[in-house]
Amino acid sequence: MAARMNEHQQTLWEFMQQQSDKLLMQTMQHIGLTFISLIIAVMIGLPLGIWITRRRYFSGIVLGTAGILQTIPSIALLGFMIPLLGIGVKPAIVALLLYALLPIIRNTYTGITGVDAAVKEAAMAMGMNKWQILFKVELPLAMSVILAGIRTATVINVGVATLASYIAAGGLGEFIFGGISLNNTNMILAGAIPAALLAILFDFLLSRLQYLNLRKLKTATVTLPLLLIILASVYFIPSVAYGGKLKAGFTPEFMGRQDGNLGLESKYGLKVHPIVISDAVMYKAAYEKQLDVISGYSTDGRLKAYDLIVLDDDKKIFPPYYAAPIVREDALKQFPDLEKTLNLLSGKITDSIMSDLNYRTDYLHQSPEKVAEDFLRSHDLLKPSRNGSNGIVRIGSKIFGEQYILASMYTMLIRGYTDYDVSTKTGLGGTKICFDALNNNQIDLYPEYTGTGLLAILQPSSKTIDSLTANKNKTYDYVASEFKKKYNIKWLKPIGFNNAYALMMRERQAKQLHIKTISDLKRYLESNQ
Amino acid sequence: MIKVEQLSKHFCDIKAVDNISFEVADNEKLILLGTSGCGKTTTLKMINRIIEPTSGTIFIDGKNIYDQSPELLRRGIGYVLQNNGLFPHYTVAENIAIVPQLLKWDSKRIEKRIAELIEKLHLSKDQLKAYPNELSGGQQQRVGLARALVADPPVLLMDEPFGALDNVTRSKIHAEFKALDELKRKTIIMVTHDVQEAFELGDRISLMDKGKIVQIGTPTELLYKPVNLFVESFLKEQRLQLEFKAVRIKDIWALLPYSKKVGNVNLYADISVWSGMESFKSQQADYLNITHGDETRSVGFEQLVTAFYKYQNGRTHE
Ligand SMILES: Nc1ncnc2c1ncn2[C@@H]1O[C@H](COP(=O)(O)OP(=O)(O)OP(=O)(O)O)[C@@H](O)[C@H]1O
Ligand SMILES: [Mg+2]
Repeated sequence: MAARMNEHQQTLWEFMQQQSDKLLMQTMQHIGLTFISLIIAVMIGLPLGIWITRRRYFSGIVLGTAGILQTIPSIALLGFMIPLLGIGVKPAIVALLLYALLPIIRNTYTGITGVDAAVKEAAMAMGMNKWQILFKVELPLAMSVILAGIRTATVINVGVATLASYIAAGGLGEFIFGGISLNNTNMILAGAIPAALLAILFDFLLSRLQYLNLRKLKTATVTLPLLLIILASVYFIPSVAYGGKLKAGFTPEFMGRQDGNLGLESKYGLKVHPIVISDAVMYKAAYEKQLDVISGYSTDGRLKAYDLIVLDDDKKIFPPYYAAPIVREDALKQFPDLEKTLNLLSGKITDSIMSDLNYRTDYLHQSPEKVAEDFLRSHDLLKPSRNGSNGIVRIGSKIFGEQYILASMYTMLIRGYTDYDVSTKTGLGGTKICFDALNNNQIDLYPEYTGTGLLAILQPSSKTIDSLTANKNKTYDYVASEFKKKYNIKWLKPIGFNNAYALMMRERQAKQLHIKTISDLKRYLESNQ
Repeated sequence: MIKVEQLSKHFCDIKAVDNISFEVADNEKLILLGTSGCGKTTTLKMINRIIEPTSGTIFIDGKNIYDQSPELLRRGIGYVLQNNGLFPHYTVAENIAIVPQLLKWDSKRIEKRIAELIEKLHLSKDQLKAYPNELSGGQQQRVGLARALVADPPVLLMDEPFGALDNVTRSKIHAEFKALDELKRKTIIMVTHDVQEAFELGDRISLMDKGKIVQIGTPTELLYKPVNLFVESFLKEQRLQLEFKAVRIKDIWALLPYSKKVGNVNLYADISVWSGMESFKSQQADYLNITHGDETRSVGFEQLVTAFYKYQNGRTHE
C-alpha cells in the first residue's frame, strides 16, 4: 500500500523537479510570448494613441476597433489566425498583441489629452516645436497613465499566453491544458502557479515603475524599453523545435500518455518531434498543410471533413476506448428507471455511425440536438417528452461534439421514457473536470471511454495496463469493477463504438508516400534521414 | 515696435476680435482692459501666433510676423500666463532654463542668468531645486515671470499675470514690477480686467468691448476725456482712487506750496499722486522731498491732497 502511495502520490514539488527543463523552457517561452507581443503592441499602440490625440475625429473608430478586438474570445482569435499565419509563434504573438492594443492606445490617448492645456500652451509660447512638446511635455506628463495601460496589457498577456499552447506556440499552457486532459493535478499546478506568479511579478514591477517620482521617470522611460527587449529575447533561446520533413502536431493529452506519444516512442521507436497543439485547431492545421501527422480520434467527424485517414495501429498500442455512460450508484437508486433507459442506446452506434454523426455536427454544423433527434427517430427510439417532474437527472459532457450528441440522446430518452426531468451541464472541459463533477455529486452521469477510465483516471501500474489493453472486454470489466470499488460509480453497457486514439495523415499525402500503418510511417521517416 | 492692423478673429459666428488696430511704442506698457469675453486673450495670443487671425496683420519692428516661423518668433517674445503654465515635471531651475536651452546657450551662461534673475525677483536659491507645486502662488508667478524674461526678449505678453493673487501680494508684486529695471526696457502688452492694476501699471490703456477697442489712451485721457458713456461708466465705481493713480505729481506741481527741504525721503515728480500718498505711509515720513526739473519742494500729506483737489476742481470746470 505504501509503495503504491509513493508511486502515485507524487508531490507537486517532485513533479516540478522532475520536469524542470520543460518547466523552465515553458516559462521562458511564456515570458517571451508576453513581452514580444507587448513590445510590438507598444510600438503600434503608442504612436496610434498619440495620432488620435491629433486627429480626434478618428479616436472613436480606433478605440472602438481595439475594443472589439478585445471582446473576441481568445480561442476564436487564435483559430482565425491559422489560415492567415499558420500555427506556432507568429499567430500567437499577433493574437496577443491585438489583445494588448486597447489598454495601451486608450491610456496613451487619455494620458495625453489629460495634460493641462495651460502647460502645453506655455510650451508652445516658448517656441517649442510639436515634437519637443510631445517628448518634453506631453509624454513625460502622460507617462504614469501610459505605464498603467502597459501594466494592464502585460497582465492580460500573461493570462492569454497560456492559450498559445493551443496553436503550438508553447508556454505554460502546455502544462495547464495537458494536465487538465490527463487528469494530472500536479501538471496543472506546475503550469498555473508559475503563470500566476509571472502575472503578479510583472504587475508589481510595473507598478514600481509607475509610481516612481517624476524625476526618475526620465530614466525609467529609457530603461523600460531595454528591459522589455531583454525579456523578449529570452524567447528565442528555447524556440519551438520542428521535426524532420513531416511535421507532427499532437494534443497535450496525447503527448503525455503511455498510449499516446510515449507509446509511439517506446513501442514503435517513432520519433517525430511533435509540437503541442490544441484539438480545436489541429485538424484544420493538417488540412491547411501546416501539419502532416496528427493525433486524433478514430470516430472524429473531421476525419471525413478534412480528407484525413487513420494509420493502422499494427502494434496495438492504442487501448480500446469503448464509450459507455457512467453513473453514480446513488443516482441509480434515486432514479430506478434510469439504468434501463440509458441502456436503450447500448450496441446501437458503430464506429462509422458515430463518425457520420460527428461529421454532421463538426462539419455540417447541425446542432447536436438535431443530430441526436434524427438518429433516435431513424432507430424508432424517439418518444415525445412526458414532461416529467419526478426529480431531475443531471447529465454532464466533455467539451466536444460527440459528447454533446450523446448527452442530447440521453436527455431525449430520459424525457421520453421516464417521469424524470433533465438538466445538462455540457462542455465541462476535459476528463478531469467531468469526472470531478461526477465524483462530487454535481452531475449524475456522463459518457466516458474505457481507455480514459483506465489510463487517465485509474492509472494502474504499467504491468496491469499491458495485461488489459489488448482485449476490449478485459478493459471494460476492469474499469467497471474498479470504479465500483473506488468511487461507487457504475459503468453501464457500452454504446458500441470505439473512439480510440489514432494517428492521421492527409489521404493524398499518405497514398503518395505509401504509408498505411504506423510502422510504414516510421520506415518512411528513417529511410530519408 | 508693435503694429496691429485691422485684426479680426472669428470663432464660427462669434466675432471674438473685430477689426482692431493699434500701435505700441518701444518700451511702452499697454494694458488690454475690458469685460470678460471681450477678446483680450484672443488678441494677445494672436501676437505670438498661438491663435491665427481670421484677417489682419501684425508687425513687430517693421517685420510681418506671418513671414517668420512661429517657433523663432515665439522665442523672441516672453509670455506669462494667468495660471503660470509651469511644467510640473521640471524643477524651478529647469523651468526657467527652457528657452535658453532651446536657444542652445551653454550651461554656464544659463546658470549665471538664472542666478541674476532670481536675485532680482526675490526668489531664494534653495527654491531652484523645488518643483512648482512646492511653491506658493506668488512664488510660482515670479518663476513664470523669470521664465519669460530669461532670454531677455524685447517684447513681453502677459495674460492676467497677477489675477490669481490676493490683494496684499498683488500690490507688493506691483511695486516690484514697477521697480524692476529689466521691465523698463521692454515693450509690454498686459491683459487685465482689474481697473486699478491697469491704471497703476499702464502707460496707455486699451479699453475693449465685444471684440472692439472702445478707447485707447493714457489713464488721464480715459478718465477726463472718455469717448462715450461706456468708458465713463466702466471707470465710475473706482473713480476717485483711479484719479489719484492717473494724476502725476508733476501735473499738480504748480499747486504745491513752495517750501524748503525738510525730511530725508527723496522722490521724483513723475510718480502718481497715489504713489506719493503711499510713500508717506511706507516711509513713515511727515514730509517728502519731491524733485521736478532742478527744483525740489518739501511736501506734507495734507498739502499734497489739497493740491490734488484744487487740480481736480480746475479740470471739472474746464
Ligand atoms: N477656441 C475658442 N473657440 C470658440 N470660441 C472662443 C474660443 N476662444 C475664445 N472664444 C470666444 O471668444 C470670445 C473672446 O474670448 P477671450 O478669451 O479672448 O476673452 P477675454 O477677454 O480674454 O475674457 P476673460 O477676461 O474672461 O479671460 C469669447 O466669447 C469666447 O467665448
Ligand atoms: Mg482671457
